[in-house]
Amino acid sequence: MRLGGFWGLMAAALVAGLAFATLTNNEYYFTAAYAILQALVMAIAWNILGGFTGYVNFGSAGFFALGAYATVALHKFLPSIGFAPPLVVYVLAGAVVCGLIGLATGYLTLRLRGVYFAIATLALAIVFQTFMNNWGYVGAAKGTSILTPDPPQFLWGYVSFSSYVKYLFVVMLLLALTAIVISRYIANSKFGRGLAAIRDDEVAAECMGVPTLRLKLISAAVMGALMGVAGAPYPFFATFVDPQSAFSLVIAVNSIAMPMIGGTAYWYGPVVGALLLGTAQEAISVTISSELNVFLVGVVLVACVILAPRGLVGFVNDMRAKAKGRG
Amino acid sequence: MITDPGLFLNTVVAGLLLGGFYTAVALGLSIAFGQLDIVNIAHPAFIIIGSYFAYLFGSQYGFDPVLTGIAMTPVFFVLGIVVYRVYYASFERTGQESLSGLAFFFGLMFIIEVTLILIYGVDYRLVPAPYIGVNWKIGVVDVPLRMAIPFAVSMLMTIGLFFYLSKTFIGRAILAVSQDRQALQLMGADPVKIKQVAFGLALATASIAGALLIIIGPVEPSINREYIGRAFAIVVLGGMGSITGTVLAAFILGIAESFILTYASPSWAPAVAFGILLFTLAVRPSGILGRQS
Repeated sequence: MRLGGFWGLMAAALVAGLAFATLTNNEYYFTAAYAILQALVMAIAWNILGGFTGYVNFGSAGFFALGAYATVALHKFLPSIGFAPPLVVYVLAGAVVCGLIGLATGYLTLRLRGVYFAIATLALAIVFQTFMNNWGYVGAAKGTSILTPDPPQFLWGYVSFSSYVKYLFVVMLLLALTAIVISRYIANSKFGRGLAAIRDDEVAAECMGVPTLRLKLISAAVMGALMGVAGAPYPFFATFVDPQSAFSLVIAVNSIAMPMIGGTAYWYGPVVGALLLGTAQEAISVTISSELNVFLVGVVLVACVILAPRGLVGFVNDMRAKAKGRG
Repeated sequence: MITDPGLFLNTVVAGLLLGGFYTAVALGLSIAFGQLDIVNIAHPAFIIIGSYFAYLFGSQYGFDPVLTGIAMTPVFFVLGIVVYRVYYASFERTGQESLSGLAFFFGLMFIIEVTLILIYGVDYRLVPAPYIGVNWKIGVVDVPLRMAIPFAVSMLMTIGLFFYLSKTFIGRAILAVSQDRQALQLMGADPVKIKQVAFGLALATASIAGALLIIIGPVEPSINREYIGRAFAIVVLGGMGSITGTVLAAFILGIAESFILTYASPSWAPAVAFGILLFTLAVRPSGILGRQS
């Protein structure tokens, strides 16, 4: 993709999102769009470690929930000492907390084979859930309710939002676009080529002088931070957080299924996967049932890894290459 | 509190009984992950299927859960062969087992969990059996049969499997395939067929482990996730595929959890396995009885 094309598309997406926000006030659309964009950020986050480097993270829900719980804890603590920070503070806090935890988990497990990291993240999610079930300050197993704040105003009242969920949608749109830019930047940088080398043959990469452990650790930290970013606004969106819903396995499955369906080796793979699967899920939840929707995600994930292991993008690219070869 | 010898002894015995059951949980994974290098994170989910079979036959026809578990082993064996066939054809043959294979088993685990929820809901299920609720008292030590029976069955299964693997031709071939695939091929055995049988065996243990699980306590679909950390912690600590190591590691985890249960808080027990797993990976990745690599 040419440089101008990419930034043009990003600007178009931003304008379209903002136009959408000004033209309608139907809250359902913003709820649905927020859910899709949240999944998009998580899919991109997952792909930075899972797709670029080939190290699978099964604990996405754990990182997401920690981002959400960082907000819950700060939201309780900061007002008690006289601060009422804007949303961006929570988002940054989520990024820092989850980035550090991604780094720490990576440090303990990434020196070994990738499967140990995968298992560790899976078990880690259980441990965090256990921890949150016991931590009374954030509501333990009963959960915490958070009142929806008033929609904020910016630029002396020139920019205002009719509802808080609309504001959240715009925030998540900006976060998603930022995540896409980061992901694309990494994929095209020297760092990203190092990650791709690790994915293809870690021993060979190490021999060629790629600092594999350092690159993997950075990659794990970026993954964690983006997961935390996706989770941080969640308490304001859901207005209720408990361990059961925040650590839901559906979140983890989605953030793996989306990049897998789109194509993990490409920076735009998770974007394609998240938009397709996310939209399909919203449609199925509304028209048929949400249980069936959850079931279908699992089936689609398994079918996709068996039939199109390089995702839709890889599949289309293969087809194109074949067509070219024939023509 | 820790000075009370009766409580201490009870905690140790409860830990040993729990560890015996954990052996049954980890045994199949020890074969699949430790010896065949198949990262079957869906193994605990298959165990839950075993529990639901025991529940189904127990509540409908009054069958004993252990007998149901044993009777269902052929079904699980065939299921294992089918799963391995798909896994082999899709991932192992093309060398994509690391990323796609993991996602495959993760998806499988998710499908099993959601299917069970769709059919049976998220309620806890239990099974009737005459020995559940019976308590033996040996001196000051309580021995609840709902723990002792799973312990005994699990130990018998482990001993049987140990002798099968070390004495029979196929058993030795399974051990050989994990050590040197090519040498096995030169000896005239087909590694894919051997692995297929081994994976079938691994899943067959899940049938019995599932029956034992529902004897110990009520079961609902999503508790399989708590056992993923436990099973992998045991297999890694035990040294990847060594049966003796697996038994030892299961006892270590059982006793550690039992002490947390008694002297700290029951809600922290799931975190013990993770602590052991991380500690092993950081300090001695080859486990207690593993070959040093």
